[in-house]
Amino acid sequence: MKLLSDEPVTTYTVGDVEPGPPCCDPVPHLRVTNLSVAYDATTVLDDVSLDINKGCITALIGPSGCGKTSFLSALNRLTDLIPGARVQGRIQFEDTNLLGADVDVMALRRRIGMIFQKPNPFPLSIRRNLELPLREHGVHHRDQLAHKIETALRDVGLWHEVSNRLDSPALALSGGQQQRLCIARALILEPTILLMDEPCSALDPISSGVVEELIQRLRGRYTVVIVTHNLAQARRIANYAAFFWMKERVGKLIEFGRSQCLFETPINPLTAAYVAGVSG
Amino acid sequence: MISSRRNSLSQWNADQRLAPLLALLAAGAALILLLVVGFLIHEAWPVLNAGGWQRFFADDNWYPLEGRFGLLSMVWATFAAAFGAVLLAVPLGLAGAIFQCFYAPPAIAKLYRSVLALLAGIPSVVYGLWGLTVLVPLVAHWQPLGTSLLSAILILALMILPTVTLTSATALGAVPKSLLNGAAALGLTQKGTILGVTVPAARNGILSGILLATVRALGETMAVLMVAGNVVQNPTSLFEPVRVLTANIALEMAYATGTHRAGLFASGLLLTSLVLLLAWLAARVTDNLRHV
Repeated sequence: MKLLSDEPVTTYTVGDVEPGPPCCDPVPHLRVTNLSVAYDATTVLDDVSLDINKGCITALIGPSGCGKTSFLSALNRLTDLIPGARVQGRIQFEDTNLLGADVDVMALRRRIGMIFQKPNPFPLSIRRNLELPLREHGVHHRDQLAHKIETALRDVGLWHEVSNRLDSPALALSGGQQQRLCIARALILEPTILLMDEPCSALDPISSGVVEELIQRLRGRYTVVIVTHNLAQARRIANYAAFFWMKERVGKLIEFGRSQCLFETPINPLTAAYVAGVSG
Repeated sequence: MISSRRNSLSQWNADQRLAPLLALLAAGAALILLLVVGFLIHEAWPVLNAGGWQRFFADDNWYPLEGRFGLLSMVWATFAAAFGAVLLAVPLGLAGAIFQCFYAPPAIAKLYRSVLALLAGIPSVVYGLWGLTVLVPLVAHWQPLGTSLLSAILILALMILPTVTLTSATALGAVPKSLLNGAAALGLTQKGTILGVTVPAARNGILSGILLATVRALGETMAVLMVAGNVVQNPTSLFEPVRVLTANIALEMAYATGTHRAGLFASGLLLTSLVLLLAWLAARVTDNLRHV
């Protein structure tokens, strides 16, 4: 079994970064207003409004099927890929509404990266996995590519594990390494926001711990929105938490606030029951 | 309790009877292949025994009645025709598959698939007829004689195109959605996704389709025989007539006797070995696909 100790913690650098504003002084990075998502005639998420604050980790919690992933996918317009999906409302990012018809979706997804539940490295070499998005976005110079690849791999703590086998297949890595590679692949495009859809749920506890620690280190430099079913994890890492629940078969935002408040002094009885493990 | 036990017992009995029967049938299919190869060796034995297998490659030319059994020029012609066809059909087929999977509107994609399936079902002699009456005159118009290596390549390319396209489309369609979502989430364009992710992810399936198409091109007889001109000579120019191994057997079998007949069987044996080798390669590629 692979232990945490075979990689010294000091190798986790997040590069030369300017830390974001402290989380106690919230600056909205994404302002979601009246967001609804429907697939064909079925509404899965109704009238959600909340602010995602810059540099903070916002956890989306709630039972399966209450629209958390739909919410996440709407933020980088991945809902465009689902036939029949309709997204209404407004998502303000800098000075544009992300849901506008004239938004350059490719550029948007470069700014707002996404990590999926199941690690999905491309069946290419480790190097090609990282080169592909860079080349696609216009980075072709060899030294620049090498530098960015090393930085991204160092940022996710993978450099010492893979620097001597960059050209071996990414699928030969362990599940946790694959997920960190996917995070590196998203980071290499220098996004400002990272969306994570249960990034640890397909991993064993140790890999999950490594990835969780990595997410903690991303705080400040990136704005992170994470869907998780692991309440303990949400409690450990999140600055803000949003609780979603199904009401009459439609997903609703029940409560949103500072993570500590939501977990310790929830206002809504539904939230209280869910975080106490009574329902859900 | 008792009835359920009887039930399971009777099922067990049925399995007991079925398993050997299925094994026998399966063994039968495998045995036929062995029998065919054994038969080929047996029939080719007189000439193999008389001069050794080397003479097929050492003799200067194919004059079986004078005891000269050089097959090399026909082997080269077979390779030239088959690989020429593959060279033409692979880019076209891959482009068609990509179009069908990612760019065509659903109605057109469906129509395209059925056209290809029809194309795959046309008997080879009909391809030959079409080649003889349309393709050969066209080539002749450009460079006389018309019946040539080029005509053989073109007709073979047309015949293997559906195989390449359909297997490639299947492989491309089997690429997991999670990879496509991952590519989209990185802001990759459709072109970037197809060339950077989808085609590499489907490469093993595409490759095994290409190998299958190559096997078909190597073994095709009738259409090639009708358009290739069938002169036994090294393929030095695209516009010169050539004779491929399969055509040689079909042309001469009717009147061949003695060592001549054995020589034809030997060329059949050679062809079978080539095809088996490629089929084995294709199977290995597909296996690798499963292990990734």
